[in-house]
Amino acid sequence: MLMETIDTVPIRSSEDIVRVRQKVRFQANAMGMSLIDQTKIITAASEIARNTFEYGGGGELLLELLRDGARRGLRLTFSDEGPGIADIEQAMRDHFTTGGGLGLGLGGAKRLVNEFEIESRPGDGTRVSLIRWK
Amino acid sequence: MHDRLAMALQDDLTNAIVSTRAKGVLIDVSALEIVDSFIGRMLSNIASASRVLDAVTIVVGMRPHVAITLVELGVQLSGIQTARNVDKGLETINRLIEQSESTDADGDD
Repeated sequence: MLMETIDTVPIRSSEDIVRVRQKVRFQANAMGMSLIDQTKIITAASEIARNTFEYGGGGELLLELLRDGARRGLRLTFSDEGPGIADIEQAMRDHFTTGGGLGLGLGGAKRLVNEFEIESRPGDGTRVSLIRWK
Repeated sequence: MHDRLAMALQDDLTNAIVSTRAKGVLIDVSALEIVDSFIGRMLSNIASASRVLDAVTIVVGMRPHVAITLVELGVQLSGIQTARNVDKGLETINRLIEQSESTDADGDD
Protein backbone atom coordinates (compact mmCIF):
# COMPACT_ATOMS: atom_id res chain seq x y z
CA MET A 1 0.00 0.00 0.00
CA LEU A 2 1.36 3.40 -1.01
CA MET A 3 0.93 6.43 1.17
CA GLU A 4 1.43 10.06 0.44
CA THR A 5 1.22 12.72 3.12
CA ILE A 6 -0.84 15.60 1.88
CA ASP A 7 -1.21 17.95 4.78
CA THR A 8 -1.26 18.46 8.52
CA VAL A 9 -3.77 20.64 10.33
CA PRO A 10 -3.27 21.84 13.91
CA ILE A 11 -6.32 21.49 16.17
CA ARG A 12 -6.02 24.15 18.86
CA SER A 13 -9.35 25.98 18.74
CA SER A 14 -12.95 25.48 17.68
CA GLU A 15 -12.14 27.44 14.47
CA ASP A 16 -9.57 24.72 13.69
CA ILE A 17 -12.41 22.15 13.67
CA VAL A 18 -13.91 24.18 10.81
CA ARG A 19 -10.51 24.16 9.05
CA VAL A 20 -10.32 20.38 9.48
CA ARG A 21 -13.70 20.04 7.76
CA GLN A 22 -12.58 22.35 4.92
CA LYS A 23 -9.30 20.48 4.32
CA VAL A 24 -11.01 17.09 4.39
CA ARG A 25 -13.72 18.32 2.03
CA PHE A 26 -11.11 19.67 -0.38
CA GLN A 27 -9.18 16.37 -0.48
CA ALA A 28 -12.24 14.12 -0.63
CA ASN A 29 -13.60 16.22 -3.46
CA ALA A 30 -10.22 16.32 -5.28
CA MET A 31 -10.00 12.53 -5.25
CA GLY A 32 -13.48 12.31 -6.75
CA MET A 33 -15.47 10.90 -3.82
CA SER A 34 -19.24 10.96 -4.17
CA LEU A 35 -21.13 13.63 -2.27
CA ILE A 36 -22.44 11.11 0.25
CA ASP A 37 -18.95 9.67 0.89
CA GLN A 38 -17.53 13.18 1.24
CA THR A 39 -20.25 14.06 3.73
CA LYS A 40 -19.58 10.92 5.77
CA ILE A 41 -15.83 11.42 6.09
CA ILE A 42 -16.18 15.16 6.77
CA THR A 43 -18.75 14.45 9.50
CA ALA A 44 -16.56 11.72 11.02
CA ALA A 45 -13.58 14.11 10.92
CA SER A 46 -15.64 16.80 12.64
CA GLU A 47 -16.55 14.41 15.48
CA ILE A 48 -12.99 13.23 16.06
CA ALA A 49 -11.48 16.72 15.70
CA ARG A 50 -13.82 17.91 18.43
CA ASN A 51 -12.68 15.06 20.68
CA THR A 52 -9.05 15.95 19.97
CA PHE A 53 -9.76 19.55 20.95
CA GLU A 54 -12.07 19.01 23.92
CA TYR A 55 -10.77 15.84 25.54
CA GLY A 56 -7.22 15.68 24.16
CA GLY A 57 -6.41 19.33 24.87
CA GLY A 58 -5.64 19.88 21.19
CA GLY A 59 -3.45 18.06 18.73
CA GLU A 60 -3.21 17.63 15.01
CA LEU A 61 -4.65 15.95 11.96
CA LEU A 62 -2.49 14.21 9.38
CA LEU A 63 -4.09 13.73 5.94
CA GLU A 64 -2.74 10.94 3.74
CA LEU A 65 -3.67 9.68 0.32
CA LEU A 66 -3.60 5.88 0.08
CA ARG A 67 -3.16 3.77 -3.02
CA ASP A 68 -3.81 0.05 -2.87
CA GLY A 69 -3.76 -1.29 -6.42
CA ALA A 70 -6.49 0.58 -8.25
CA ARG A 71 -8.13 1.59 -4.99
CA ARG A 72 -7.63 5.04 -3.57
CA GLY A 73 -8.48 6.20 -0.12
CA LEU A 74 -8.14 9.05 2.29
CA ARG A 75 -6.65 8.39 5.71
CA LEU A 76 -7.11 10.88 8.53
CA THR A 77 -5.02 10.45 11.66
CA PHE A 78 -5.87 12.58 14.69
CA SER A 79 -3.34 12.64 17.49
CA ASP A 80 -3.17 14.40 20.81
CA GLU A 81 -1.04 14.26 23.93
CA GLY A 82 -3.97 14.49 26.30
CA PRO A 83 -4.94 12.30 29.23
CA GLY A 84 -5.75 9.30 27.04
CA ILE A 85 -8.64 6.89 27.38
CA ALA A 86 -8.61 4.24 30.11
CA ASP A 87 -11.44 2.09 28.77
CA ILE A 88 -11.61 2.28 24.98
CA GLU A 89 -14.44 -0.24 24.73
CA GLN A 90 -16.59 1.91 27.00
CA ALA A 91 -15.63 5.11 25.13
CA MET A 92 -16.67 3.52 21.81
CA ARG A 93 -20.14 2.72 23.11
CA ASP A 94 -22.96 4.99 21.93
CA HIS A 95 -24.17 7.55 24.44
CA PHE A 96 -21.18 7.09 26.73
CA THR A 97 -19.73 10.50 27.53
CA THR A 98 -17.52 12.05 30.17
CA GLY A 99 -18.31 15.51 28.80
CA GLY A 100 -21.55 17.25 27.97
CA GLY A 101 -21.94 15.75 24.52
CA LEU A 102 -24.20 13.10 23.05
CA GLY A 103 -21.51 10.46 23.35
CA LEU A 104 -21.80 9.57 19.69
CA GLY A 105 -18.41 10.82 18.54
CA LEU A 106 -16.25 7.69 18.47
CA GLY A 107 -18.86 5.03 17.73
CA GLY A 108 -20.66 7.32 15.28
CA ALA A 109 -17.47 8.23 13.43
CA LYS A 110 -16.60 4.52 13.14
CA ARG A 111 -19.91 3.85 11.39
CA LEU A 112 -19.19 6.59 8.84
CA VAL A 113 -15.83 5.27 7.60
CA ASN A 114 -14.51 2.00 6.14
CA GLU A 115 -11.64 1.52 8.58
CA PHE A 116 -11.26 2.81 12.09
CA GLU A 117 -8.39 2.43 14.53
CA ILE A 118 -7.87 3.87 17.96
CA GLU A 119 -4.81 3.70 20.16
CA SER A 120 -4.74 5.25 23.57
CA ARG A 121 -3.23 4.76 26.99
CA PRO A 122 -3.87 6.82 30.10
CA GLY A 123 -1.31 9.61 30.26
CA ASP A 124 -0.05 8.86 26.79
CA GLY A 125 -2.48 10.62 24.47
CA THR A 126 -4.83 9.26 21.84
CA ARG A 127 -4.48 8.47 18.16
CA VAL A 128 -7.52 7.82 15.99
CA SER A 129 -7.18 6.88 12.35
CA LEU A 130 -10.04 6.85 9.84
CA ILE A 131 -9.97 5.56 6.27
CA ARG A 132 -12.62 6.06 3.64
CA TRP A 133 -11.94 4.26 0.36
CA LYS A 134 -13.23 5.71 -2.85
CA MET B 1 -20.59 27.08 11.27
CA HIS B 2 -18.18 26.85 14.16
CA ASP B 3 -19.10 25.76 17.66
CA ARG B 4 -19.21 29.18 19.31
CA LEU B 5 -21.44 30.52 16.54
CA ALA B 6 -23.79 27.58 17.08
CA MET B 7 -23.91 28.29 20.82
CA ALA B 8 -24.57 31.98 20.13
CA LEU B 9 -27.42 31.07 17.79
CA GLN B 10 -28.96 28.95 20.53
CA ASP B 11 -28.81 31.85 23.02
CA ASP B 12 -29.98 34.49 20.53
CA LEU B 13 -32.93 32.38 19.42
CA THR B 14 -34.20 31.62 22.90
CA ASN B 15 -33.89 35.30 23.86
CA ALA B 16 -35.69 36.34 20.68
CA ILE B 17 -38.56 33.92 21.39
CA VAL B 18 -39.15 35.68 24.70
CA SER B 19 -38.65 39.26 23.50
CA THR B 20 -40.83 38.89 20.39
CA ARG B 21 -43.32 36.45 21.99
CA ALA B 22 -42.78 34.23 18.98
CA LYS B 23 -45.09 31.26 18.53
CA GLY B 24 -42.89 29.49 16.04
CA VAL B 25 -39.23 29.08 15.10
CA LEU B 26 -38.20 28.07 11.60
CA ILE B 27 -34.59 26.97 11.13
CA ASP B 28 -33.39 26.62 7.55
CA VAL B 29 -30.38 24.27 7.44
CA SER B 30 -30.13 24.07 3.64
CA ALA B 31 -26.80 25.92 3.71
CA LEU B 32 -25.22 23.39 6.08
CA GLU B 33 -23.00 20.94 4.24
CA ILE B 34 -22.75 18.69 7.26
CA VAL B 35 -24.58 18.32 10.56
CA ASP B 36 -22.50 16.58 13.20
CA SER B 37 -23.56 15.55 16.69
CA PHE B 38 -22.71 19.00 18.05
CA ILE B 39 -25.00 20.82 15.63
CA GLY B 40 -27.59 18.06 16.08
CA ARG B 41 -27.55 18.60 19.82
CA MET B 42 -27.87 22.35 19.32
CA LEU B 43 -30.96 21.86 17.14
CA SER B 44 -32.50 19.57 19.78
CA ASN B 45 -31.72 22.09 22.51
CA ILE B 46 -33.34 24.93 20.57
CA ALA B 47 -36.44 22.79 19.99
CA SER B 48 -36.66 21.85 23.68
CA ALA B 49 -36.13 25.41 24.90
CA SER B 50 -38.69 26.84 22.49
CA ARG B 51 -41.20 24.18 23.56
CA VAL B 52 -40.77 25.26 27.16
CA LEU B 53 -41.30 28.86 25.98
CA ASP B 54 -44.50 27.81 24.18
CA ALA B 55 -43.16 28.06 20.64
CA VAL B 56 -42.88 25.33 18.01
CA THR B 57 -39.65 24.67 16.11
CA ILE B 58 -39.44 23.37 12.56
CA VAL B 59 -36.16 22.47 10.86
CA VAL B 60 -36.35 22.80 7.09
CA GLY B 61 -34.21 22.16 4.05
CA MET B 62 -31.90 19.42 5.26
CA ARG B 63 -30.04 17.99 2.30
CA PRO B 64 -30.48 14.25 1.65
CA HIS B 65 -26.79 13.33 2.07
CA VAL B 66 -26.72 15.27 5.34
CA ALA B 67 -29.81 13.43 6.60
CA ILE B 68 -28.40 9.98 5.71
CA THR B 69 -25.09 10.76 7.41
CA LEU B 70 -26.83 12.07 10.52
CA VAL B 71 -28.85 8.86 10.87
CA GLU B 72 -25.73 6.69 10.46
CA LEU B 73 -23.93 8.82 13.00
CA GLY B 74 -26.74 7.95 15.42
CA VAL B 75 -28.20 11.43 15.97
CA GLN B 76 -31.95 11.14 16.33
CA LEU B 77 -33.06 14.78 16.49
CA SER B 78 -35.80 13.64 18.82
CA GLY B 79 -38.56 16.16 19.41
CA ILE B 80 -37.73 18.06 16.23
CA GLN B 81 -40.34 18.59 13.56
CA THR B 82 -39.06 18.86 10.03
CA ALA B 83 -40.37 20.05 6.67
CA ARG B 84 -39.03 19.92 3.13
CA ASN B 85 -38.67 23.66 2.59
CA VAL B 86 -39.48 27.08 4.05
CA ASP B 87 -43.01 27.21 2.54
CA LYS B 88 -43.96 23.77 3.88
CA GLY B 89 -42.34 24.67 7.19
CA LEU B 90 -44.44 27.82 7.54
CA GLU B 91 -47.60 25.84 6.71
CA THR B 92 -46.74 23.34 9.43
CA ILE B 93 -45.96 26.06 11.96
CA ASN B 94 -49.25 27.83 11.26
CA ARG B 95 -51.17 24.58 11.59
CA LEU B 96 -49.46 23.71 14.88
CA ILE B 97 -50.08 27.19 16.29
CA GLU B 98 -53.78 27.02 15.30
CA GLN B 99 -54.06 23.59 16.90
CA SER B 100 -52.50 24.72 20.15
CA GLU B 101 -54.68 27.86 20.24
CA SER B 102 -57.89 25.90 19.68
CA THR B 103 -56.82 23.49 22.43
CA ASP B 104 -56.24 26.46 24.73
CA ALA B 105 -59.67 27.90 23.85
CA ASP B 106 -61.36 24.57 24.63
CA GLY B 107 -59.86 24.74 28.07
CA ASP B 108 -58.55 21.18 27.72
CA ASP B 109 -55.02 22.28 28.27
